[in-house]
Amino acid sequence: MPAFVAVGAVVAALFFVVPLAGLVWRAPWSSSWKVLSSAEARAALRLSLETSVAATAIAVVFGVPLAWVQARVAYPGRSIVRAVTLLPMVLPPVVGGVALLLALGRNGLVGQYLDRVGVHLPFHVAGAVVAETFVSMPFLVLTVEAAFRSTDQRFEDAARTLGATRSSVFRRVTLPMIRPSLIAGAVLCWARALGEFGATITFAGNSQGKTQTLPLFVYVTLEGANSDAAIVLSLVLVVVSLVVLVSVYRWLSRS
Amino acid sequence: MNRVSRRHAASVLVCFALVAAACGSSSKSSGSTPSTTSTPAKLSGSLDVFAAASLTEAFNDEKTALASSEPALSLTYNFAGSQALVTQIKSGAPADVFASADQKNMQKLIDAGFVEAPKTFARNKLEIAVAPGNPKHITGLADLEKSGVILVLEDPSVPAGNYARQAFTKAGLPAPKPSSNELDVKSTLAKLTSGDADAVVVYVTDVKAAGSKVEGVEIPDSQNVIATYPIAAIKASKHLTAAEAFVDEVVSGSGQQVLQARGFLAPN
Repeated sequence: MPAFVAVGAVVAALFFVVPLAGLVWRAPWSSSWKVLSSAEARAALRLSLETSVAATAIAVVFGVPLAWVQARVAYPGRSIVRAVTLLPMVLPPVVGGVALLLALGRNGLVGQYLDRVGVHLPFHVAGAVVAETFVSMPFLVLTVEAAFRSTDQRFEDAARTLGATRSSVFRRVTLPMIRPSLIAGAVLCWARALGEFGATITFAGNSQGKTQTLPLFVYVTLEGANSDAAIVLSLVLVVVSLVVLVSVYRWLSRS
Repeated sequence: MNRVSRRHAASVLVCFALVAAACGSSSKSSGSTPSTTSTPAKLSGSLDVFAAASLTEAFNDEKTALASSEPALSLTYNFAGSQALVTQIKSGAPADVFASADQKNMQKLIDAGFVEAPKTFARNKLEIAVAPGNPKHITGLADLEKSGVILVLEDPSVPAGNYARQAFTKAGLPAPKPSSNELDVKSTLAKLTSGDADAVVVYVTDVKAAGSKVEGVEIPDSQNVIATYPIAAIKASKHLTAAEAFVDEVVSGSGQQVLQARGFLAPN
């Protein structure tokens, strides 16, 4: 191994390890349980779990059909649709939040009609779910679309010739074949939703118990008097994310 | 085929790791290139000024004013909620000057030994802001808690949010229950101008700066809270002389003119 490769690799690895060490170093271990059992922290924790699971469910229900169409149907403009639907992966989340506000806010393009029928998204739990779905669904679509592309279509053709209907082929042949990717995509989507900050605070605001998810709580408390809570809850997010990444990666690479 | 599918999914994992890091922060700053001329004048070199979000317009005016009178000075601003700036400075952000919207946040830096003796340079008052035409007929703080009025305030950790809650107490009203607790006055005002909030409580100067996009509803002095703005040089500044000169300029020089033109009250 050339020396510069070794040095580069060590620097790169340290770049990721040192910030984590900073969190661990500053963590108020003795009072961490007290912090975690505070009402505000629990509200943020529960809200984060609820909204991220809801966002993942929505992403699966609508993202899997989108992925199927993108993988299997050749139509004009498909690459444009792909670019637009994957855009939130690279877009600054705050920009996504502004776009959501202009589209779904009370005076927004679509939001003004939603308002008339009594659907309010900003400052409500549903708004936090929408922001998380917007940012996280591309992870599911990308993973599942790749799986649809790589499956052997002869199995589906065989099922069709044996008399299965299209929907039964989809449910009983196609979906089981992509199951690992579907689960991996859903887990990645969930992890991204759990960590969503920029789009949520811009679009849904910061309202305790409604839109103040764990990342918002961390950011707000870091600047307040109770910065210990921010550090403890940051560590909680780090541990959850690590467990998810390691277990999904292990599970995927196991053959 | 499961294997192929898994391999694809694994490559997406890498993608995820890359993209997940792309979560942005939202601090606003306006920069300028450092000046190359060096003069013996006190107000020269480049200064990083961390200032409360409510000072955005006035301090940008000050920059314009100083650009002609002090060409050797180069100012870079970082505007955010005072509480956010305190966190940044305590974490070692390279600030030369800190201008806070309240004494409380300045006190945090005094206690931590980060700043020289602060000087008061302006005062401000709260005002209710509503959409042009006042469609919800807001006449005072008491109307903000009526059902059907979407109220957005700053978080209690933000100076303006703290002052606003004090005003409700002075008016004999119960603690407000805003739809959202924003992280600085500018993002609070943005929730009103986007149409998602019916009313916000910000500073008189913010209402003035927003122009015709919002309408102000005065809060009587008996209920209002006077915000006091302190400014101080940061002890660790590499340009301490220039930082002190800038503080003086804001406290007693050209700064007073631009601040008062923007609606700030004189320091005393």
